[in-house]
Amino acid sequence: MENLLEVRHLSTQFATGAGIVRAVDDVSWDVKPGETVALVGESGCGKSVSALSIMRLVAAPAGRITAGQILFKGRDLLTLPDHEMRDIRGKDIAMVFQEPMTSLNPVLTVGRQLTEPCEIHLGMPPEQSRARAIEILGLVGISDAGRRLRQYPHQFSGGMRQRLMIAMSLSCNPALVLADEPTTALDVTIQAQILELMKGLSQRLGAAMLIITHNLGVVARYADRVNVMYAGKIVEHGTAREIYADPRHPYTLGLLRSVPRLDEPKREKLAPIQGQPPDLTRLPRGCAFAPRCAYSIARCATEIPPLGAVDGSHLSACWVARDLRERAAADAKAAA
Amino acid sequence: MSAVLERARADAQSAQAGEVILEVRNLVKHFNIGGGGLLGGQPAVVKAVDDVSFSIRRGETLGLVGESGCGKTTTGRCILMLDRPTSGQVIFEGRDLTTLAPAELRAVRRKIQVIFQDPYSSLDPRMTVGQIIAEPIAVHGIVRERKACNERVQELLSAAGLLPAMADRYPHELSGGQRQRVGIARALAMEPSLIVCDEPVSALDVSIQAQIINLLESLQNRFGLTYLFVAHDLSVVRHISDRVAVMYLGKIAEITDRVSLYAEPLHPYTKALLSAVPIPDPVVEAARERMVLKGEVPSPLNPPSGCVFHPRCPIAIEECERAVPAVKEVRPGHYAACIRL
Repeated sequence: MENLLEVRHLSTQFATGAGIVRAVDDVSWDVKPGETVALVGESGCGKSVSALSIMRLVAAPAGRITAGQILFKGRDLLTLPDHEMRDIRGKDIAMVFQEPMTSLNPVLTVGRQLTEPCEIHLGMPPEQSRARAIEILGLVGISDAGRRLRQYPHQFSGGMRQRLMIAMSLSCNPALVLADEPTTALDVTIQAQILELMKGLSQRLGAAMLIITHNLGVVARYADRVNVMYAGKIVEHGTAREIYADPRHPYTLGLLRSVPRLDEPKREKLAPIQGQPPDLTRLPRGCAFAPRCAYSIARCATEIPPLGAVDGSHLSACWVARDLRERAAADAKAAA
Repeated sequence: MSAVLERARADAQSAQAGEVILEVRNLVKHFNIGGGGLLGGQPAVVKAVDDVSFSIRRGETLGLVGESGCGKTTTGRCILMLDRPTSGQVIFEGRDLTTLAPAELRAVRRKIQVIFQDPYSSLDPRMTVGQIIAEPIAVHGIVRERKACNERVQELLSAAGLLPAMADRYPHELSGGQRQRVGIARALAMEPSLIVCDEPVSALDVSIQAQIINLLESLQNRFGLTYLFVAHDLSVVRHISDRVAVMYLGKIAEITDRVSLYAEPLHPYTKALLSAVPIPDPVVEAARERMVLKGEVPSPLNPPSGCVFHPRCPIAIEECERAVPAVKEVRPGHYAACIRL
């Protein structure tokens, strides 16, 4: 299938007091129409900056996109004039931010915030956009929509605000929704509601989704394909089943081993990843994960491993990717 | 290991295993909000904790789980006497803390320490790590001589898995995980017997969470500590706890040992909570039955009548709207508050 979104060799940098931070460093991935792709990693790995780069919302002048292409339906977003990019934002590509508290405008009614995109992007007259707003509030499970439209964001609870954000993102029938930690601020039972809602709506409306998260459980439940990021690079890519059943990067393996699982007997001890997350201004010469890696070899300290195929479409950026399965199995045996 | 730490350990071991160290009886904490003042709003009462009882045995970890606003943090703060309970008793090592005079309370406080959720806001940014850990030691006069105090700080740093050189650093120079280790060292400095851990890992990255959990477990074994582990992450709570209490809207919904709670949850809210936690395995997830709760947690300002869970409960009957369910022993050692059981 043809790609809806194709990110090619994207690099985004920030100039900071401590030096240049390569938040996103030569990263390529894609999203096909209608599918759900996950971008997984910990804070500072570059997953949110990737989404902001696609929307061209990286805060200038400190941050800038230094290289690459972002092809959306074949057009490179990075070369579009500002007014054309504005037409795409919110209409073809919508974004759901992590903090529903801070991403709604507190001085505008909910109705105004919901109808605005339809009026601007789709040229709807006020009555029609209001009807659309009521319809879309119903879709995201907010009842009593007529009254709700006259209210302000502070009159909504956290879960309701996130529903609003989703309603806003869907109001113009986008082809792609970028959801940046859409449920991190929410409680588990509300998280389950919101994720079911997003998945259901994207299936019904045919929108593709990019879910950005650090929660491996959320990824397992909802994503078709997964990209794992570490220190600004994609370190592993594959279908969700490939990544979880047969991780081929020590970082992915470490993440999966370090979280306790409800469906497995309690382990004596968790197996954490050693060390601290990397300082992006002072990355090592070789693989950024090598200092924390249990499987590193001499080569890892000097040469950055490229992202390469280990098994069909399953990619890994690791010098020991091919032996990882055997070495991890031997480890597990030794531990037992 | 130093004599001081060894003594703490010996103390803990000499204590009878299984003896109850903390008992919370009918704890109630209401907050008055609004009313009076310039704007003269309607007075209202938030029932943050409403008739909660449980006990913790020495050396045990009790997990306290629930969603935001369920009262789990307030319960912890009442045990620490950071919030004065509206009514009820907090009996620690045989003494009811709610009746103690301030001077007596101060002495007891040394034995109950806390580790906060946010390692960024719970350390003074103007103090070095060494000063942060040394301050409570000096305040309580545990070690009076300066040199000995410095040595003690070094021991605590190493117990928390930090290098001695960290003593001269400021909090902003540390990562989140390192800061949380400083918070742990500061709590250990008091040689406590009970530590209230209030969401100690939820602000940390996934790869760091496991490090801190392992550290907490090894410190518990080494010093015979007792933990009240307050958290919302059910997987983490299951890993670290011996027994688990589930709270909903200021009340205990269910309380039992770890194995029973996760293998045979009784309360419909516990079942929904467990089902909402995604498991990091797409094959398992695809086969899993899901139970998605309708609606949201009601406001504790205006809790529902009868059973507070009834508006969201899949098995509620009419009677649930009227009768407040008592916490009853449904199976041996397995308590739940639901009239349908």
